[in-house]
Amino acid sequence: MFMRRKNRKWSLRRVVQCGVLCVAVIVFAGAGDPASRFDELGHGLMCICGCGQILLECNHVGCPDSDGMRNELMAAVTRGDSDSLVQQSFVQKYGPTVLAAPTTVGFDRAAWILPGVALVVGFGLVVLVVWAWKNRPEPALADGLRPVRGAELEQFREQARKETDV
Amino acid sequence: MAQIGSFALLLALALSVYSFAAGLFALVSSGENSPRIGETARRAGIALFGAVVIAAVALVVAAFRNDFTIAYIFHHSNRDLPGPYKFATLWSGQEGSLLFWCLLLSGYGFVLRLRYKTDPRLFAYASVVLAGVQVFFLALVNFGANPFGVLEGPLRADGSGLNPLLQYPEMVIHPPMLYLGYVGFTVPFAFALGALIMRYPGEKWIHITRRWTMVTWGFLTCGIFLGAHWAYAVLGWGGYWGWDPVENASLMPWLVGTAFLHSVMMQEKRGMLKVWNMWLVFATFWLAILGTFLTRSGIIASVHAFAQSSIGNWFAWFLAITFAVFVFFFVKNHDHLKSEHKLEAIVSRESSFLFNNLLFLLLTLDVLWGTWFPKISELVQGNKVTVGAPFYNRVAIPVALLLLILTAVGPLLAWRKTSLESLKRNFGWPALGALSVMVFLMITPSSWGSPFGLRPWQDMAYFYSLMAIGLAVLVTLTVASEFYRGGRVISEKTGQGMFASMVQLTHRNTRRYGGYIVHFGVVVCIIGFAGSAFNQNKEKEMSYGDKMTIGSYTLVCRSYTDEEYPNYEAEWAVLDVYKGGKQIDTLTPERRFYKASQQTSTMPFIRSTPAEDLYVVYEGLNQDTGHPILKAHLNPLVMWIWLGVWIILGGTALALVPNAPPLVVRAPAASLVEHAAPVATGD
Repeated sequence: MFMRRKNRKWSLRRVVQCGVLCVAVIVFAGAGDPASRFDELGHGLMCICGCGQILLECNHVGCPDSDGMRNELMAAVTRGDSDSLVQQSFVQKYGPTVLAAPTTVGFDRAAWILPGVALVVGFGLVVLVVWAWKNRPEPALADGLRPVRGAELEQFREQARKETDV
Repeated sequence: MAQIGSFALLLALALSVYSFAAGLFALVSSGENSPRIGETARRAGIALFGAVVIAAVALVVAAFRNDFTIAYIFHHSNRDLPGPYKFATLWSGQEGSLLFWCLLLSGYGFVLRLRYKTDPRLFAYASVVLAGVQVFFLALVNFGANPFGVLEGPLRADGSGLNPLLQYPEMVIHPPMLYLGYVGFTVPFAFALGALIMRYPGEKWIHITRRWTMVTWGFLTCGIFLGAHWAYAVLGWGGYWGWDPVENASLMPWLVGTAFLHSVMMQEKRGMLKVWNMWLVFATFWLAILGTFLTRSGIIASVHAFAQSSIGNWFAWFLAITFAVFVFFFVKNHDHLKSEHKLEAIVSRESSFLFNNLLFLLLTLDVLWGTWFPKISELVQGNKVTVGAPFYNRVAIPVALLLLILTAVGPLLAWRKTSLESLKRNFGWPALGALSVMVFLMITPSSWGSPFGLRPWQDMAYFYSLMAIGLAVLVTLTVASEFYRGGRVISEKTGQGMFASMVQLTHRNTRRYGGYIVHFGVVVCIIGFAGSAFNQNKEKEMSYGDKMTIGSYTLVCRSYTDEEYPNYEAEWAVLDVYKGGKQIDTLTPERRFYKASQQTSTMPFIRSTPAEDLYVVYEGLNQDTGHPILKAHLNPLVMWIWLGVWIILGGTALALVPNAPPLVVRAPAASLVEHAAPVATGD
């Protein structure tokens, strides 16, 4: 009995481990491919010519910056520089506005945190409001009227639903 | 023309001041003459429309007469500019567009003041609030950004010309639509503030406001998508939405306005969310003005913002004053806005509206935060950062997907309480259908083209696309089931065919079924957005006979040439398009050089099909070789976006049509009570 339980526990753990491994393999498959890295990194950088476009989407012939930046990026990817190293070198050369999105360090982190916090707090507030409204006391009825509840209420609802169900 | 225009604007300002002051006096005073003074205020409001029309006509006539003594005309027009664009000069620059704003605002005011008999007291309050807003805008165009300013020095022979990016047919209609949306939100705000000030009894004001909001929302929707189409067809980067601050400025009031259009039903049906709706109306108006402040103050960098100017201060003060006025009256009279009912169950239409509003406001907050973050970062850490598409895609797409789930579930929930059993009954088949489509898209080979072969584990963009398409199918099926169930009830009672019954059903409750059509339009757009995960592009220098292959298309360069026109010089290439070895089309992407403004502009050639757009940009000549450089994009499903917009607008128009009278089914007297029920009521 004990052995069987242990085996089941072991096999469950193994299944979870295999699952995590599979997910990791799937998620990171192709991550090292230079073309996809170039594409991913290039879409995370801005052209600095003032056009306000993503580096790989800048479409000006004769743009003084985008061709050079693309070549630099391609060279860095071909060298095998890590993503963070590539981004750091671009920031050092062109300034922080070259990154298309805020980083996750320092004050920049606030950009990412606030939407998540707002989502959680917002959901919490709505749940709280729903709960409070549900438990709000019934409005007082005029003399001689009695509140309709339970099976009788359900009966009326069903009748209303049938008559207006379109 | 300058004198006529200037005088007309001054007159309009005087009339707006009178309309505001006299209207206010008539409302607060209890004297015998108050009604007559109030009537003069109303008529002054009507007359000011005429004065602003004269000013706008004067500016347009000046553009057509090439009156370059007026600085605005000199900077935004030239002799060879085609007629429609001369007309569009009115809204092409800072000063003119503010005059155009005044024109639309006075137009809305004109209609509102003519329809005062609907509820004279409420309309009088709304008219005063509107006049207050008009005073601000007319003071701005008179003293802050006058379009009739005259150039000093020698007479100029020709103007600097209109920005080439604006010389595109859609730019003649995109700004008016957008402005009709922005400006129109003043009317619901005027009614809301008026109702708050006078402690308006009942919900009639919300009925009036909803209708105006729907019209305005329709215009803003149209304006936003026209802008997206313009960006796609003119800017030449192959996309339609870049999360630019100016685009964001238009999106924010749209999102809050959409939230209001949903939550207003709670107030109408159940007497709930009165405070919330009041704030939503105010926030929609306030965000429209905030967007204008963003684009005109130069405070946020954007490629298509107006030039930096001092009028930002005007808007900052106006925002502060409107906020203070609204908060003052809200604090004073908020006890009037108590809910009449309690929430009976968590699984109910009411709860779904609350979550719906939460998600719309979260999206608004994300966009607002992303738009302002560069400025906040500069203030806090001394350096600016860029907040571009990667940020918005990461924070906004998950919220949008949650919203899509609610769009599917919401219509299936009943007011007050929904049993889980009925939810399962109504939701089961649509959910199964959506899951089947998702599995089908995952297992099909990617060689079938987009969006087949969607492997969500390969790329986050594919995951989002798969979810978006799956949820779009879910919404479509729930909308279809609503039409089917309603149609079946009418069909059984009247003996009509199913299609005729569904048409009749829609006529009986245009708002509800128009709303469902809007939802369907939204999901058609979502399918179009989902296609962006499969975008491809290629760039190549091409000489005669050179080939470029992208997707299943092969482009062959037949020739390239240039030509001179009065307004611009053009270079273009002629490309034959082959698919499966067979020639299917000829494309002529073009690049123009506008003489007056000395600026260039691309005119991409777009071959659009429901499956994909072949989008080719002539980028220019390589100076060394003399050969053109061409960039081809293959953008799947883009046509669905534009199709979806038409459906949304159709649904909105339908929702504005009054309901047909309820259908009464004749039955024998004994069972009259049981059968003579109105069909297609409720929401």
